[in-house]
Amino acid sequence: MELSTFWFLLIGVLWTGYFFLEGFDFGVGMLLHPLGRTETDRRILINTIGPVWDGNEVWLLTAGGATFAAFPNWYATLFSGFYLALFLILVALILRGVAFEYRGKVDSDSWRRRWDLAIAFGSWVPSVLWGVAFANIVAGVPINANGDFTGTLLTLLNPFGLLGGVVTASLFLLHGLHFVALKTEGEIHERAKAMSLRVAPVTIVAGAVFLIWNQLERGEAWTWIPVLTAAVALVASVLATRAGRDGAAFAATGLAIAAAVLALFGSLFPDVMPSTTDPAFSLTVENASSTPYTLRIMTWVAVIMTPVVLCYQAWSYWVFRKRIGSRHIPPVQVPGTAPSAGPA
Amino acid sequence: MDVVSLSRWQFGITTVYHFLMVPLTIGLGLTVAYFQTRWYRSGEDAYLRLTKFFGKLFLINFAMGVVTGIVQEFQFGMNWANYSRFVGDVFGAPLAMEALVAFFLESTFLGLWIFGWDRLSPRLHLATIWAAAIGATLSAYFIVAANSWMQHPVGAIYNAQTGRAEMVDVWAVLTNSTTLAAYPHVIAGSLLTAAVFVGGISAWLLMRDRPMPDADRTALHKAVRTSIYLTFAMGIAVAVSGDYQAKLMFEQQPMKMAAAEALCETEQPAGLSVFAVGNVSAECDVRTIVVPRLLSFMATGTFDGKVEGVKDINAQYREKFGPGDYRPNLVITYWSFRAMIGFGAIASFGAVVAWWKTRKGRQLPTGKRWLRIGSIAIIATPFLANSFGWIFTEMGRQPWVVAPNPKGIPELRLMTANASSPAVSSAMVWTTLIGFTLLYGALMVVELFLLRRYVAAGPEGVMPHTTPTDPGSDGGGDGESDAPAPTTDDQEADVLAFAY
Repeated sequence: MELSTFWFLLIGVLWTGYFFLEGFDFGVGMLLHPLGRTETDRRILINTIGPVWDGNEVWLLTAGGATFAAFPNWYATLFSGFYLALFLILVALILRGVAFEYRGKVDSDSWRRRWDLAIAFGSWVPSVLWGVAFANIVAGVPINANGDFTGTLLTLLNPFGLLGGVVTASLFLLHGLHFVALKTEGEIHERAKAMSLRVAPVTIVAGAVFLIWNQLERGEAWTWIPVLTAAVALVASVLATRAGRDGAAFAATGLAIAAAVLALFGSLFPDVMPSTTDPAFSLTVENASSTPYTLRIMTWVAVIMTPVVLCYQAWSYWVFRKRIGSRHIPPVQVPGTAPSAGPA
Repeated sequence: MDVVSLSRWQFGITTVYHFLMVPLTIGLGLTVAYFQTRWYRSGEDAYLRLTKFFGKLFLINFAMGVVTGIVQEFQFGMNWANYSRFVGDVFGAPLAMEALVAFFLESTFLGLWIFGWDRLSPRLHLATIWAAAIGATLSAYFIVAANSWMQHPVGAIYNAQTGRAEMVDVWAVLTNSTTLAAYPHVIAGSLLTAAVFVGGISAWLLMRDRPMPDADRTALHKAVRTSIYLTFAMGIAVAVSGDYQAKLMFEQQPMKMAAAEALCETEQPAGLSVFAVGNVSAECDVRTIVVPRLLSFMATGTFDGKVEGVKDINAQYREKFGPGDYRPNLVITYWSFRAMIGFGAIASFGAVVAWWKTRKGRQLPTGKRWLRIGSIAIIATPFLANSFGWIFTEMGRQPWVVAPNPKGIPELRLMTANASSPAVSSAMVWTTLIGFTLLYGALMVVELFLLRRYVAAGPEGVMPHTTPTDPGSDGGGDGESDAPAPTTDDQEADVLAFAY
């Protein structure tokens, strides 16, 4: 296999890792209001991802950095082309990250309410926009002979792109619900399961229409396999939720995410960013990639470091594997207020 | 304003803002790891207090550093697409390595540290803060290596067919002499920043006219002493590494250093300007209080070495690279260089005062208002020094984004004017420039508000309040059984030691 092809796959793997991991923590953020009826509920939700969300977000930095290193032209065209969409994503990620850390630092309802809004905004916006972005990458956008995007933000908001946004948002929401079901106990656990059964049909229909649409327009024969896998996985996640198998339901939505990314990347190859202006202007695995030397160096780095990262990240999930419920949440302790007596 | 100018403003604002948090993250991470190590070894309550207290301040700062770091990585592609295309083959590698080798380490282990107080053994928990701190320290290496390549491109060739730089020797890129000089400077500066931060806050708390638990007093006194020694050591390290860096810069970027000295004409021997009065960029005789021969010594190591002036270098560049003006903004380069050194010196001077006031075990005085104000005000100085250092080195590199290496391949160069994104209009950059600036500004207010609140409460404010009816929770660290059906009796023991 050509190294550039290998790197195309690896970029796909990095985005899969990002969507799998940050997908559920986006989901938890989106669920803060619908699932979190009380302050304790919301703290349970945030604490399910508290120790891990930042590590999850590094997958995005890695995907971005790896694209820069392995496909500089892709990185340049994509990031300058999807400029305002990425700006919105960045604002959302900034607010969200700060909100997790700051919301509990002052004991005031209005303070927490504002940061809760920041978390919800910061989780919904990227969840929708990543789908819009990837749908447009796959479908192609106007790109000129210099490799520069010639559209606007509105170019991206076409039906296929918007459907992509619905798919990622509903998929991350479902993935988040399964994560919450897996990581919590008590009433919130039950609510997450019930809501999962209501959200799943939306995810399944949107996902199916989107992937089949993509498949009919530009799919390869073999990409039917990931499309079907995604469909089966989503249905299986519903059955698993019904059967009370929280872990299986979570794994199933995770598999659906991976299969969807594979289907999209499979239909994209050998382009990395097709041009709708003229196919000759399309960025491909070949014309967008770095030199074989750089790819070889980066291959060594990735082959050595990725397993190490996966090991310690998996370990961190193992450390925090316990379910949490209201009995685990300590009383608020911030300076400036007398320590509240707590539940006891 | 045109797209290039706007993009430069945005890069400058984002980078300076991001780099307010970065040095404190690096320096304070290592400092907190040190405090926790002392606590682990000795069991002294004072070091536990310092770990918790400065750990909390560290986290408030860290959150902002992380989120602005994403902008930092994305803006190369967003605003500087032509730059990214030109350098991606070389420049992308250290960025990807930074994420894979350093950011994962930092973020994952920091999560383990924050939430792991009751989930990990004390030894393992100590290891997590070290892993996170080392990750942060390591990340700086890769980004400095990337930046150094823009200052002094090595390990690459120019492909005339594609018009791009191509890496041929990754080892040369990672061990760029510019990197090896800049990295210790950055790390020493970061530790200096943390040292002044810790010392200033601790001294301020000790000098307040307010009752304080004895345990806090003991802890903060230790923190002041640690800060003094660290500031001395790092003040020297910053100066030595900076001097070495300057010598290298005279060779590698003579224009930047000539501009830093407002040295218009070539001189032999050259004097060092301490100060300038008048318009630095237009006139050549504005240098005042010139120390004879000192610049020659700093640049070449001998007191009669020749130092080239801005005009002559500009003429050489015109001959080599065609007509144009190859001078950086002289006013900014000259003054930011002095501001960097000046603020760094003030920071170190604060440690001298603190050392004098605490010599032979003396307590800091409580009645002196100016000392209290000074101990808080001085915290700003290393941050200012860091910012001016970057402003100096980035502005001094202009008009290049990739400065030509005098001993390298001349085609490996790119003007900033040619580096922006063709797909991006000035209205778009205005949108993001205003958006980010307002957001950064608002968040800075919030961060300072929180820091102030947590500082004012002192270490006692973040110590866990032990409930009197809690005899059974001292075991800790098991977390083994999943306890499917907990009885109501052991509910207390289930409460997380830390939660958002």
